[in-house]
Amino acid sequence: MSLAAAKSDPTAAILAPLVEITDLTVRFRTPTRQVHAVNGVDLSLDRGEVLTILGESGSGKSVTLRTLMRLLPERRSQISGRVSVDGQDVLAMSQRQLTRFRGRTASMIFQEPMLAFDPVYRIGEQIAETVCRHEGVSRRQGMARALELFELVRIPSPQRRLANYPHELSGGMSQRAMIALALSCRPKLLLADEPTTALDATVQIQILLLLRDLQRELGMSVIFVTHDMGVANEISDRIAVMYAGRIVESGKVEEIIGNPQHPYTQGLMASRASGAQRGQRLQAIPGAPPDLAELPRGCAFVPRCPQATDECLAAVPASRALSDTHWAACCRLGM
Amino acid sequence: MTNSQSLSRHDSLDRGGKAQPLLRVRGLQKHFTIARGGLGRQASRVHAVDGVDFEVYKGETLGIVGESGCGKSTTARLLMHLLAADHGEMIFDGDPIGQRGGISVREMRRQVQMVFQNSYASLNPRMSVEDSIAFGPQVHGVNRRESRQRARRLLDQVGLSPSLFAHRYPHELSGGQRQRVNIARALALEPRLLILDEAVSALDKSVEAQVLNLLTDLKQEYGLTYLFISHDLNVVRYISDRVMVMYLGKVAEMGEVEALYRAPAHPYTRALLSAMPSMNPNQRTEQAPLTGDPPNPIDLPPGCRFCPRCPMVEEACRAEEPALEACGTAHQVACRRADEVMAGAVPVKRLSEESPT
Repeated sequence: MSLAAAKSDPTAAILAPLVEITDLTVRFRTPTRQVHAVNGVDLSLDRGEVLTILGESGSGKSVTLRTLMRLLPERRSQISGRVSVDGQDVLAMSQRQLTRFRGRTASMIFQEPMLAFDPVYRIGEQIAETVCRHEGVSRRQGMARALELFELVRIPSPQRRLANYPHELSGGMSQRAMIALALSCRPKLLLADEPTTALDATVQIQILLLLRDLQRELGMSVIFVTHDMGVANEISDRIAVMYAGRIVESGKVEEIIGNPQHPYTQGLMASRASGAQRGQRLQAIPGAPPDLAELPRGCAFVPRCPQATDECLAAVPASRALSDTHWAACCRLGM
Repeated sequence: MTNSQSLSRHDSLDRGGKAQPLLRVRGLQKHFTIARGGLGRQASRVHAVDGVDFEVYKGETLGIVGESGCGKSTTARLLMHLLAADHGEMIFDGDPIGQRGGISVREMRRQVQMVFQNSYASLNPRMSVEDSIAFGPQVHGVNRRESRQRARRLLDQVGLSPSLFAHRYPHELSGGQRQRVNIARALALEPRLLILDEAVSALDKSVEAQVLNLLTDLKQEYGLTYLFISHDLNVVRYISDRVMVMYLGKVAEMGEVEALYRAPAHPYTRALLSAMPSMNPNQRTEQAPLTGDPPNPIDLPPGCRFCPRCPMVEEACRAEEPALEACGTAHQVACRRADEVMAGAVPVKRLSEESPT
């Protein structure tokens, strides 16, 4: 039961991508309105790759992530498109298949680790329970595995920490414990929903480095959601920038950070406060993200875009390739 | 209000002249008791703010940075007298606050206003935006009509059209708009010092830049002084003139922003700066500058309180707490080995050295 077993087979790398999302749309219905949270997202993720979805609140990044685990409320959400993870069609799964899928194939960590644990049980018991449940092993083996996991996520004095209740752990420590819980069934895909946003910078960098190490050690694929460019730069191989439920630009880290092409990505880069701009006005993007219940026709960024023309209003811009790995969805590219 | 009027108003209130600090804080201390002693029980107290001295000069922006639990927000609340300090002296433009011969807390609160991080929780959900802004002036004796006019003028100034926004309620606004309303409300009493406690931290990046621009404009127009509390070192560097770094209730380092960022003198400041995520894909962070979480401010180690996490700790550090001393022009630090740190000789602490907590 070593962790090395979880390493992906080297031949698997040349097989099909681990995650393939095609034309995903997600709508939420309320009695009075319909919110268009995700509007046609195409995404693929290779085995062993780290992808960051970068976007502001309401851009649909977390909804996309939750769709991959079918965590959205079934009754109120309307999902269409194709989502396949490791060859399985996630949207067609039965509850039973989902239970097997979650934790084993894909697993998720959240922003608020305290909410991921039950406050009245010891951390070790909760991890052991997950292992027993999914792998059918004894409680003792489950506890042994929990200890192994705590060592894996570099928690100091792990044996003692297993006996702690969630409230006894500090912010960084409970985030590590949640990562241990998420990795307990050796998932092929780890989904991370802003796991470092609530942490101090000094702890954030520790967690980012830990995730990077674990990803390499275990050969997992990771989809990381954040609104912070710096975090995206530290963790990812590839970045997809989302705006109003669509991916507007996607490329390797160097391409997005070093050579952003979509006006929104450019605006995000230019509006970053730093020492270099002291005394100057920041190049802020005017306005606010659109209301997802009343999306404008055409490109959703038009009201805030410095380069918008009538052409942009006509239709949602198609993505245009800028290199083999870099594309952006904007009518005015290269003009 | 025209520019000249606002200036003349400040001139009339400005008692000590430009050279006198707007705010002078001496020995500020606040401990929270979490378990009382007696009957064989050990008393335990949170040393939230543990003897802090600083000045805020007229017209400057003083940034306060530090991890959670370092006492930055408690300091702000003590300044506003939202919490009562255990010890300490606060002097506002030459007048001791809340003492005989000084200014009253009420008068101080007119001249010092605060903007909080949670834009929604700090507005009354049952009051329209206009009423919220006009409320403060009304309490301070401005009549209804005039206070409403003032509210509309301020709304316009923070970039919200009064005809569209004056009658809206907080839930009808976005986060950025609500924070603009909070800023307008803080300005309604024509304060001289504005305390911004993580005021832009909850905003989206694209909106954050707008609000930072707004703050810069308002500062110029009204001749304001800012106390800017944030955990985002990039934003602090952009907006501040001087920076104060706090660690576990004490000032670790204080100085001009560029000097401090270029050559930090405290190992903690250095660690904070190198914990910022890199923006260069070819130079990612390879090693975390600090291990473990910020310790809790209950059981403080003897001597320098940074000892347990410090890569340069030596015996003498554990013996005596270092005092805040000058280490350059307008640059102070509380570290025995500041000269070495400024010269750039800081080893990286290894993970294995981490003491179990």
